[in-house]
Amino acid sequence: MTALTSPLGRLRWTFADGLTLVGRELGRLRQEPGQIVAALIFPAVMVVLFGYVFGSAIQVPDGGDYREYLMPGLFAMVTFSAWLGVMTRVAADASRGVMDRFRSMPMARLAVPFGQTGADLLTGLLMLAIMVGAGLLVGWQPHRALIPTAQAFLLMIVLRYALSWVGVYVGLAVKNEQVADAMVPLGLPFTMLSNAFVPTDGMPGWLRFLADWNPVSALTAASRELFGNPGAPSGNVAWPLAHPVTTVLLWSAALLAIFIPLSLRAYMRRGR
Amino acid sequence: MADPIVVAEGLHKSFGDTQALRGLDLSVPRGTVCGVLGPNGAGKTTAVRILATLSDPDAGHARIAGYDVVRDAGQVRASIGLAGQYAAVDEKLTGRGNLRMFGRLYHLPRSQAHRRADELLERFGLMDAADRPVGGYSGGMRRRLDLITCLILRPEVLFLDEPTTGLDPRSRGEIWDSIRELVADGTTVLLTTQYLDEADQLADDIAVIDHGKVIATGAPDELKATIGDRLDVVLEDPAALATAAAVLNTLAGTEPTTTDADRLSVALPATGLRLAGIVRELDRAGVAAADVSLRRPTLDEVFLRLTDRKESVR
Repeated sequence: MTALTSPLGRLRWTFADGLTLVGRELGRLRQEPGQIVAALIFPAVMVVLFGYVFGSAIQVPDGGDYREYLMPGLFAMVTFSAWLGVMTRVAADASRGVMDRFRSMPMARLAVPFGQTGADLLTGLLMLAIMVGAGLLVGWQPHRALIPTAQAFLLMIVLRYALSWVGVYVGLAVKNEQVADAMVPLGLPFTMLSNAFVPTDGMPGWLRFLADWNPVSALTAASRELFGNPGAPSGNVAWPLAHPVTTVLLWSAALLAIFIPLSLRAYMRRGR
Repeated sequence: MADPIVVAEGLHKSFGDTQALRGLDLSVPRGTVCGVLGPNGAGKTTAVRILATLSDPDAGHARIAGYDVVRDAGQVRASIGLAGQYAAVDEKLTGRGNLRMFGRLYHLPRSQAHRRADELLERFGLMDAADRPVGGYSGGMRRRLDLITCLILRPEVLFLDEPTTGLDPRSRGEIWDSIRELVADGTTVLLTTQYLDEADQLADDIAVIDHGKVIATGAPDELKATIGDRLDVVLEDPAALATAAAVLNTLAGTEPTTTDADRLSVALPATGLRLAGIVRELDRAGVAAADVSLRRPTLDEVFLRLTDRKESVR
């Protein structure tokens, strides 16, 4: 045991403790291979379900292939699932006293939220890799150069990380595993209400307004543009869709700026 | 007596309109077990949370091994272990995985964290279950794992908040054995409990708290002595109950309680009465007693009496 005295030592322990907690998530996955399998199957099922079931009936505006149109939407959907996973894990730790144990130990305080979000980043990368594999199998592919392709994935990762902080905050705020579990299904309508699966042009005005300003739409539009997939916004569209990359970056910055301080405060002050 | 290692002075804590602590004082000598007894909502958990740096008092001070729980929280955390009311371990990880992870979080080098995990599993009889996920453990095993997780750094002070609540008698006995073993090593233990026999079994000193304050302290025997011995009378004929009650009331100066149709129990004043005299008085009143016995009160009786008195004073 080393006391956390110097700022440099503190930083080092924050990092080391954070890594230990990332290792904890990996250990949990190893104990529960079923979870890995589910994580592997879910995106693949989505690709097949939406790609072939919906795809048989939906016309892509520019006449492209529906599965090419769909994949950026599914990438966005998986990205936006980040906060739900983090929320349930944080709420479980809070309600079972694990969070209190961490707080009563001489460990770096910031390590717990940073460890949780870091662990989610790793699982997120894994899911993204599976999605790419599933996408390639059904005929999706990026059509532009390496740089824009990499930028698209980078955008997903940045937004995912920002969203995972929302999960930390909400998980600490609800403090209750059951409530957190009950909130998970709310994620679906949120992602559906966007341009991820169908163009927003045909929606009634008020709904279209919501869908156009939904960050899920911005991420989908940005990836369509950067991958060169059909359905990239053009012409007279809402501002977020005309500037999707900027919109995603603004969303990420705003979420991080709001939810990192909120989460850290909630973690340090829990039960005070 | 050695210097106290846990000291709390005038702790106050409110949650909204509820006053959980109203001037709690506590002092635990090094190497002893202090049992904190109190009914639900008396402030036991709030007190432990403050001492374990999880919560700040609104007023008052507390020191652990000389460190202030607010100002020197970091040092306090390095000298304490806390086992709360739940088994605060990761259910998805194995027992060994949990101990290794917490060892790393206590900043032990990897090899040392692994060695310590094995030592503790071996010593507390969890080696056979070491590689199974904790989710499959029995309630008693989970609590034992939770308890030994606190021991990774060999803390000077261990806080146990209702360590056996909800366990079957056998698992309780096992947790008690583990606690006795720790005390033999010199660890100071502060234990909250609702089970009076638990305090009787384990504690050197007891602090009874109610409505956020300590209302009595002392060794279990001292506390029992404060309310005097008890006299239990079993009558041959239940019809004589009223007469017997009147005799006992005159002798003891308090109303006896009827514990059954033919049984009476009364607290005797700390001095004076002898068994022979009592039997003679009953005889004179024509009461035939099948059994008359004098005994120390149980801690339950002490507890009920103390918390009752508090109620009537309020």
